[in-house]
Amino acid sequence: MLWSLGKDSNVMIWLARKAFLGRVPFPVFHLDTGLEFPEVYAFRDRYAAEWRLDFTSFPCPPLEHVDPSLPKDARLAGRKSLGVSSVVDTFRLRGLIAGIRRDEQPTRAKERVFSPRGAANIWDFRDQPPEFWDLFASNYPFGTHVRVHPLLHWTEVDIWRYIARESIPVCSLYFAKEGRRFRSLGEIGITHAISSSAATVADIIAELSATTAPERAGRSMDHESEDAFERLRTSGYL
Amino acid sequence: MMLPGPKSTDDQAIPIVIVGHVDHGKSTLIARLVHDAGGFTDGKVAELQAVSDRRGTDFEWSFLLDALQVERDQAITVDSTQVRFALQGRQYLIIDAPGHHEFIRNMLTGASQAVGAVLVVDATQGLAEQTKHHVMLLKFLGHKQIIVVINKMDLVGFDQAAFAALSVSVNNYCSTSGIAVAASVPVSARHGDGLFSQSDRLAWYVGPTVAESLAMFSISPAPVDRPVRFPVQDVYRHGDQRILVGRLDSGCMAIGDQVVLCPTGRTATITGFFDENGLSSRTDAKAGESVAIALDHELFVERGHVAASVAAPPSLATLLKARVVWLDAEPLKAGAEYILRVGTATHVVLVDSINRLFDFDHQVDQITDAVHQYAVAEISLRTRVPVPIDPADDGAVLSRAMLLSGHRVVGACLLQSGERRAVVSSNLTAVIQSVSRDERAARNGYRGAVIWFTGLSGAGKSTLAMALQRELFDRRVGVYVLDGDNVRHGLNHDLGFNEADRLENLRRVAEVARLFADAGLIVITAFIAPTVGIRTLAREIVGAEFHEVYVDADLATCEARDTKGLYAKARRGEIKDFTGISSVWEPPMASDLAVPTSHQSIADSLGLLVDYVERRVLGARKVYDFSHFDGIEETS
Repeated sequence: MLWSLGKDSNVMIWLARKAFLGRVPFPVFHLDTGLEFPEVYAFRDRYAAEWRLDFTSFPCPPLEHVDPSLPKDARLAGRKSLGVSSVVDTFRLRGLIAGIRRDEQPTRAKERVFSPRGAANIWDFRDQPPEFWDLFASNYPFGTHVRVHPLLHWTEVDIWRYIARESIPVCSLYFAKEGRRFRSLGEIGITHAISSSAATVADIIAELSATTAPERAGRSMDHESEDAFERLRTSGYL
Repeated sequence: MMLPGPKSTDDQAIPIVIVGHVDHGKSTLIARLVHDAGGFTDGKVAELQAVSDRRGTDFEWSFLLDALQVERDQAITVDSTQVRFALQGRQYLIIDAPGHHEFIRNMLTGASQAVGAVLVVDATQGLAEQTKHHVMLLKFLGHKQIIVVINKMDLVGFDQAAFAALSVSVNNYCSTSGIAVAASVPVSARHGDGLFSQSDRLAWYVGPTVAESLAMFSISPAPVDRPVRFPVQDVYRHGDQRILVGRLDSGCMAIGDQVVLCPTGRTATITGFFDENGLSSRTDAKAGESVAIALDHELFVERGHVAASVAAPPSLATLLKARVVWLDAEPLKAGAEYILRVGTATHVVLVDSINRLFDFDHQVDQITDAVHQYAVAEISLRTRVPVPIDPADDGAVLSRAMLLSGHRVVGACLLQSGERRAVVSSNLTAVIQSVSRDERAARNGYRGAVIWFTGLSGAGKSTLAMALQRELFDRRVGVYVLDGDNVRHGLNHDLGFNEADRLENLRRVAEVARLFADAGLIVITAFIAPTVGIRTLAREIVGAEFHEVYVDADLATCEARDTKGLYAKARRGEIKDFTGISSVWEPPMASDLAVPTSHQSIADSLGLLVDYVERRVLGARKVYDFSHFDGIEETS
């Protein structure tokens, strides 16, 4: 399971703890660019221990390895795509559970709950397996892996309502300080705070019910070029 | 519906699919609806304008949903997508389904998640091939009424007569197909006429707008008053207690309720619910909830079994009649073997017959020996073991199934009826053994079992099987290895290496292994067993005492080892049907044990195996002792 340390993957870990009656039975990886906010690292260290996760911090390959034709900030984010491929290859993973959601981004909206990746970790969006009535294909050819997206159909406000219901801890950066907070958490330099006075989970739920601003407005990589996100995703980005 | 979200039904978004022939304007209709309902996020219009400018087109609404470059460049929807908006206090989840014939599997994926459907028909084109195909698939998916939107009215001058003529022909077609048309709405999606308010250009129209007509759809409440159906996802052990986990699909369960486990037919009483903190204070559960339950006594239960109401259990069938939408490019053939998924169970099935083919143009049954991609047919499937089903029960979890071939999803099935046929000849009468399995187990101190190895040639199966046999024998365990050498030369000397013979070879091996295990031995089998189908069949034959062990070395490692020089021969084409080179290899996803032999010594691999056998096979009573609760683990 990939733990980005953000709100969505915290919910996912919480669900896994419930599903397996108290302990997450698979390894949990953080793909680390070394560029997370200090508050994020503090959160990680505390809850990896408290939730007794089989936790590994996995370093992402350096920027020089990323496709140089990508726009600047997408290229920074591209380190995570390489990190995903690298963690799959290193640990010979056959499956990867990730917390992406359809409503975050239009190419993610086209995803499957069980999304196979071909050789070289390519997403073949032209030929995705059918899924219907909660029935899924769960067996894949040798040399490939599957991405499992249990939160695919959740919305941003679903996430916050569930955090409220279950009192799930999240990083302090989500809550407003001096009129600013992070709505979506990513690397330092390519993630920006929004103006907000929401200081509690309830405030955030109220704010989301009124806003028309997109969730990833503070993620500069999404807005550099029309196809940047799709190119990242096709080559392995979450 | 897909995996239920965390919300209460009150504010749950109502999923509605938009279907129709390619280019009739589905994506445009959706984008315009979302926009006019105020559902665009900031900057979206500017972004779509820029995307349209870049392609030298007028403002293109469909780019909201057609997010992929290939979709925008070719102005076609490839895959289903979803977008949400709120209208008069109701949340809608609009699912865009591709209209191109090539992408019917994506249309089905989208439409299967919807409770309502809107059929978009181009006023200038009328009923087109995919219009009819989609109506047939909506009927298959259980839709009883739909909304018809006659789009592009601007291109026919908003002509009332043109609308009237077309809506009559669409209504007739739908009702012949068994679907009622709740409303026919004239619109021009591109210009916004007829979506939210009556337009001057459509002043002659009396009837609901698209927005008003959406209000007729609602989500059915969870089926709490139906019989209990709890398909078991997994079985955890806690001390000597087994905990069954899964989602309750219908009915209610409470502490003290009796349930029957299908297909075994044993009954037990629910003694408690568990959660992440141990025994929970919860006393009951209702349809839609995912829960962990404990029963009052030890039964053999595994993933795929169903806990059900004693008063109204599912029926057990070995011959299933099903309606199928075939999704694969390779046609379905009578006599072919597939994997059937129903609930959480997986079964090997054989196509007994193709009974009829539904033709959406003439709606006349046809006789055929093959079902081609995207056709709908009625077929009969034969299973080896009885399968719990709720046939012809609209929306019931045990009435819906998926067909797979190897890795591919090849069909969607609605189970229509089922009957139980004896598999064995009626001249055979079962003779009760004078010594039972339990008695043998009591004398030996362990139960007979089958340790079924699977892995590529050269992965180390025979080496490890022989090492494990020696290790167990030295511990005074009755053990025997079945491998190619001792089976192919005798019992199976009549079999070759084509696909059918390889399957028969392993079927016989599984039957022999079952008999040996019945006699109290620990049997180790060392065959490649390359496919999910073969391993599932073996598991079904052997039953409870089956342990799948994946002797895991990748192809490159095995080929580099090539101790018998077989890979080199296969590469040169001297051996046909060689697994991993010229014949399919489906590595197991959920073995009971995986032994990675690429990077560890034989001694380490043997250590893993012995440890597993000690815990899970020999010490059967103590095996699952996860004594303190926070150490609870999966076992099945």
